[in-house]
Amino acid sequence: MDIKRRKFLKLAGLSAVAGIGAPSAFNMLLRGEVSASEGKPSGHGGGEGHGAASTTKYRYGIVIDVRKFASIKGLAGKCIKACHTIHNVPNYGNKKDEIKWVWVESYEHAFPEHSQYKRNERLHKLPILTMCNHCDNPPCVRACPTQATFKNKENGIIMMDYHRCIGCRFCMAACPYGARSFNWRNPREKDSQGRYRFLERINPDYPCRMRGVVEKCTLCVERIDRGQIPACVEATGNTGAMIFGDLNDPNSEISRVLRETFTIQRKPAVGTHPSLFYII
Amino acid sequence: MYDKEKIIPGLIVFVLIAVFPILYNRGNAGHIPNPEKPKAARECVRPVQDMRESHMQLLIDWRTDVIRDNGARYATAAGGTRYARSLQLGCMKCHDSKRKFCDECHNYAAVKPYCWDCHIEPKENM
Repeated sequence: MDIKRRKFLKLAGLSAVAGIGAPSAFNMLLRGEVSASEGKPSGHGGGEGHGAASTTKYRYGIVIDVRKFASIKGLAGKCIKACHTIHNVPNYGNKKDEIKWVWVESYEHAFPEHSQYKRNERLHKLPILTMCNHCDNPPCVRACPTQATFKNKENGIIMMDYHRCIGCRFCMAACPYGARSFNWRNPREKDSQGRYRFLERINPDYPCRMRGVVEKCTLCVERIDRGQIPACVEATGNTGAMIFGDLNDPNSEISRVLRETFTIQRKPAVGTHPSLFYII
Repeated sequence: MYDKEKIIPGLIVFVLIAVFPILYNRGNAGHIPNPEKPKAARECVRPVQDMRESHMQLLIDWRTDVIRDNGARYATAAGGTRYARSLQLGCMKCHDSKRKFCDECHNYAAVKPYCWDCHIEPKENM
């Protein structure tokens, strides 16, 4: 009889603790106060509509004028080549292994929430150049369990620390734009003559990646720090097809263009606050 | 002792074989790592002893500082030499041979850092 009472009291105590603790834990998860990597609040999990003020000192963004890309043949290809050459992005020649930092998407895939019903034929032929949106409220950062991907506190760029990436691909699942690619194989694989199979040539001033990490566009942070503009924007030359600048600075060219022109963003309803804007 | 005439010579032969490498190499310290110092550069980013002991920590600190804490990408050494806080753009610009510099000690100490899984060593041929 004694032992039974003892057991009963133990059970009752445990149930009481669980009963008190569980609702608060659930509430924390529901309100999004916990990020995957730590119990620390992420600071910008709030989703306050589409135009919330940025939390960083600078916030770099790009306006992409798709009309220019449609009228100038091969311009998108030039941007992609410039980026992928500088950053040693391999070309595997198949969709399954594909690594892409910047790529061309069709209108209906880039803007799936827009109605495609009876749309102008021109829209469906547009080459929508797209890349990482460097969101102000990045879901990939919240999903990363090792803080290998993070938002830079000063310039708001979503960066990768490949040393910390464990290749779990949670960030790829979390990204609503498909901007992240996984290295299924070694990008510096060599053929029998000792030549790289997937890299045309190598830029000795930039690292490569290894098998098992996720990679993506870095908005050319290494170039921005040296006072240059991103490689893709540079590749458009003076066509005005891409305008790069600080969204927090009301006097920057990009802010002026955004004030004066009607632009759209990819999947604004997701609440990520992307930094890429499109003129269609 | 039984089989004395077999056991004792056997033991002597065993001891001789066991100590042979030591006797053979007496007075010879073996291959001592001798990393090739750059000829053109006057100074390193830190004193030599610091670099010997903790260059790996310095590299990790540079990485964290530059990408996470917006640290400067360039810095100046005690003697006024400007350098990039980067493995590929900093260290390897003076120490321009991985084989003659990094590998010398790393092979000797049998450590295999995975720097070159991603980073590109200087003058690597296609």
